[in-house]
Amino acid sequence: MSTAHTVRDSATMLKRNLLHVRRYPSLSIMLIAQPILFLLLFVYVFGGTLGAGLPGQDGGGDRGDYLVFITPGILFLTVTSVALGTAISTATDMTTGIIARFRTMNIARLSVLTGHVLGAVIRTGCAVVIVAAFAFGLGFRGDAGPLGWLGAVGLLMLIAFSLTWLTVGMGLAADSVETASNTPLFLMILPFVSSSFVPTDAMPAGLRQFAEHQPFTPMINTLRALVTGAHTDSDLWFALGWSALIALAGYLWSRRLFLRVPAT
Amino acid sequence: MTATRPAIEVFGLTKSYGDHTVLDGLDLTVAPGTVYALLGPNGAGKTTVVNILSTLLAPDDGEIRVAGFDVRREPAGARAAIGVTGQFSAIDELLTGRENLRLMADLAHLDRATATTAVTVMLARFDLVDAADRRAQTYSGGMKRRLDLAMTLIARPRLIFLDEPTAGLDPRSRRDLWAIVREQVADGVTVLLTTQYLEEADQLADRIGVLDRGRLVAEGTAAELKRRVPGGHVSVQFTDAAGLSVASAAHPQASTDAETLTLQIPGDGSIAGLRRVLHGLDDAAVAGLTVGAADLDDVFLALTGRAAEAPAAEEVPA
Repeated sequence: MSTAHTVRDSATMLKRNLLHVRRYPSLSIMLIAQPILFLLLFVYVFGGTLGAGLPGQDGGGDRGDYLVFITPGILFLTVTSVALGTAISTATDMTTGIIARFRTMNIARLSVLTGHVLGAVIRTGCAVVIVAAFAFGLGFRGDAGPLGWLGAVGLLMLIAFSLTWLTVGMGLAADSVETASNTPLFLMILPFVSSSFVPTDAMPAGLRQFAEHQPFTPMINTLRALVTGAHTDSDLWFALGWSALIALAGYLWSRRLFLRVPAT
Repeated sequence: MTATRPAIEVFGLTKSYGDHTVLDGLDLTVAPGTVYALLGPNGAGKTTVVNILSTLLAPDDGEIRVAGFDVRREPAGARAAIGVTGQFSAIDELLTGRENLRLMADLAHLDRATATTAVTVMLARFDLVDAADRRAQTYSGGMKRRLDLAMTLIARPRLIFLDEPTAGLDPRSRRDLWAIVREQVADGVTVLLTTQYLEEADQLADRIGVLDRGRLVAEGTAAELKRRVPGGHVSVQFTDAAGLSVASAAHPQASTDAETLTLQIPGDGSIAGLRRVLHGLDDAAVAGLTVGAADLDDVFLALTGRAAEAPAAEEVPA
């Protein structure tokens, strides 16, 4: 299989994936609504109190400060939300008869998965723009220039790419669509045990150590630095390293699951 | 030499799931440009053969070449030559008919102009023009099957596998599909189809293989097979169980259906044979009588000495 064919088949499968999204928009709407609801909940219900606890503010921060603090975490949650949807859509796709047809065709073997992943990255890009616009509408103001935002969006798409290979694997490994919608739920929980919603300093010792060293924390810290116009530090390299590692593991796992010859 | 090389060569194909042997040393040769029908009841292993030949399933053992390619060592070569339409529809229900065909054309690496033309031609030929821009999930069973077949044929494969292509179709759709298969053969395409219906094999196939418990129990042209079950059968319906049991004792080779009080007696095709059957019947005990042509049950009875297992509740693809 030549590289040109691999590229063409992946593009064809991406087109198929985007047509599916257009035909079945309710899943995408739900996945974008989820982070927006979290944003509203955290800023307006908890934000007054949580803002007062933020460090580095003279006499404590307010709701507006908390909006600035939480926006990078919400953008991250947007990525995990779309990735979760991809586990569901991959599992659903595998139940359809056309997958067997693809397997009997002389096409790039993994192109159907690549289509799902690239489709998810594009959906994440759109979702991030919508959620970010929402945050701006609520009054979010950072000191990031265009370059900072470009970096943030680029990092979010990279994270989307790596988490989606992982959730595609979960979709393939699931024995039913219901299972596929449950296994990736930890991706929605893990951001809460990170620097997303509150500074990790506020957590008890064991939890704090976990939160500081789990893969999502350097990603969220780097995003926060990028959108607030602060200087990125070593967290950037950890964020890139974790993304590459998760992408590679997710890819190899998905590949093995998809290429194994079915038993029936 | 390549022109006369068989399109399909199978030697000693075996496949089992645990203790259950599905294919038990199957040998099969299909000449290029011909139609070969694998005939057999549910569970005979027909679909397993198609899945192995189309590279979906790995065989346990055996030498299998499709279009000259070893399916285990050179699956890509085999895939490039084949088209498959299975029992269950392999269409993308969220896409329209046109988009489904375009997807196949793109995956066959046709250039843009050729792909557009091919899609238009296939829509017209398969009578899907009016439904072209509707989602496939709104199609009827017959339309889905036509779209499925159009998707298989758009890449112009040299060898096509049709797994029970007319299961669940109404008689008209069935005849339409037969016409399409004949057109393909006229173009030089090789067809391997599986079916439960002798009539279908009779209509389409140059050669028929009867598959039973994972091996071919007979092979030949339709005429050759029918010669082995020359007379079809005489079906006699009785007015009561007593009449049935008397007659069934007189015809030990017949199959008895106690529920419908029917005795099915294999015939030998001769008037004398028919007269012998009639002679032994008590007129008062008989409610009805039909003389039937050979069907799959007769072929099975003649070849295996037992009736074909009644197909379990027929699965009709959605």
